[in-house]
Amino acid sequence: MSNEWPLWEVFIRGQHGLSHRHVGSLHAPDAEMAVNNARDVYTRRNEGVSIWVVPANEITASAPGEKGPLFEPANSKVYRHPTFFNIPKEVGQM
Amino acid sequence: MYAQEVKSTGKGLKTLEEMDPEERAFQEKIDANIKIEPKEWMPEGYRKTLIRQISQHAHSEIVGQLPEGNWITRAPTLDRKAILLAKVQDEAGHGLYLYCAAETLGISRDQMTEQLLSGKAKYSSIFNYPTLTWADIGAIGWLVDGAAIMNQVPIQRCSFGPYSRAMIRVCKEESFHQRQGYDIMMVLAKGTPEQKEMAQDALNRWWWPSLMMFGPPDAESVHSVQSMAWKIKMNTNDELRQKFVDQTVPQAEYLGLKVPDDDLKWNEEKDGYDFGEIDWGEFYEILKGNGPCNKERLGARQKAWSDGEWFREGLMAYSKKRKARKVAAE
Repeated sequence: MSNEWPLWEVFIRGQHGLSHRHVGSLHAPDAEMAVNNARDVYTRRNEGVSIWVVPANEITASAPGEKGPLFEPANSKVYRHPTFFNIPKEVGQM
Repeated sequence: MYAQEVKSTGKGLKTLEEMDPEERAFQEKIDANIKIEPKEWMPEGYRKTLIRQISQHAHSEIVGQLPEGNWITRAPTLDRKAILLAKVQDEAGHGLYLYCAAETLGISRDQMTEQLLSGKAKYSSIFNYPTLTWADIGAIGWLVDGAAIMNQVPIQRCSFGPYSRAMIRVCKEESFHQRQGYDIMMVLAKGTPEQKEMAQDALNRWWWPSLMMFGPPDAESVHSVQSMAWKIKMNTNDELRQKFVDQTVPQAEYLGLKVPDDDLKWNEEKDGYDFGEIDWGEFYEILKGNGPCNKERLGARQKAWSDGEWFREGLMAYSKKRKARKVAAE
């Protein structure tokens, strides 16, 4: 049982010109089979126009514990959003 | 439901004050409807219960292909055959989404397969009944998939991210299954007297097993309270069963078929149907492995697994060889 097929993460580009999006994962012996299987498992209803598969163990992820140090600094920088600035109506569309 | 006998390991519900800080933070997240993701801290009981629940659900999808697969080669028309084939393929897909969700909790696919094949892991009682006529394919889509939808729609909102996302995909696809079943029933019900009789016979045989799908009555489902606090179970078994009966009885009437329950009666006061006693003895016998098709179903999965061994290993060996060649060429 140690000979389990490796796990692949599957990303699909939808019909509407958006980026590839993670849709799930599957097992396959190699990349080619992973693409074939991804087609059968994740695009049975025309969900995509392009497939990426990535070996799951090749993905480096941020740790849940780092959430604070990584993402909290952005909270205090509200000036990054356009709505922070009040532009008088007279100025018009900006 | 598709996971009818999930034993949770929690010992009774703790209050927030009784929890240690980690567990309390976890429960507060759940109470605030924030999804739990795989790498985050979670109580061991939550992890174990979810692994059992999701893997039972996945096994049910996979074993659920067998009763319907029985009719692919015997479907009455080419259209029906293509539709049934697509439906059964969907069930395989649903099993795969769910296995992947369970794997994020730290169990391997092979471990889950092994638990199914050894009989350690359960799958839904409903798939241990035989499909004797073509009308059974209609009844399964209409009733069994109908009951499954009733259960799965609320689980889309469950607390565990991967399970919730898998359920969203499943629910999107499932409604086709129920409609194709009802469509089969409509054609038979409007057909010759023999065809209508066949539809009635299928309803007679699948009605009670469908009600059992929701699991034991609330008074006996001892693990529900913790699962509901964790939001991995969103409604009680009896709530969902009642909803299913209320929804399905008018659909049977439309077909001109009779629900095989003499105690079935509209109850104005509760705004729902009263219905007869379910034979829980039959249900528990099936869970123990003594249903009409338990041996056949498990036997088919075991055979598929061992017949496929050379293929799985062959492809893996080929993949390794190619990789080694590529490295050597570099």
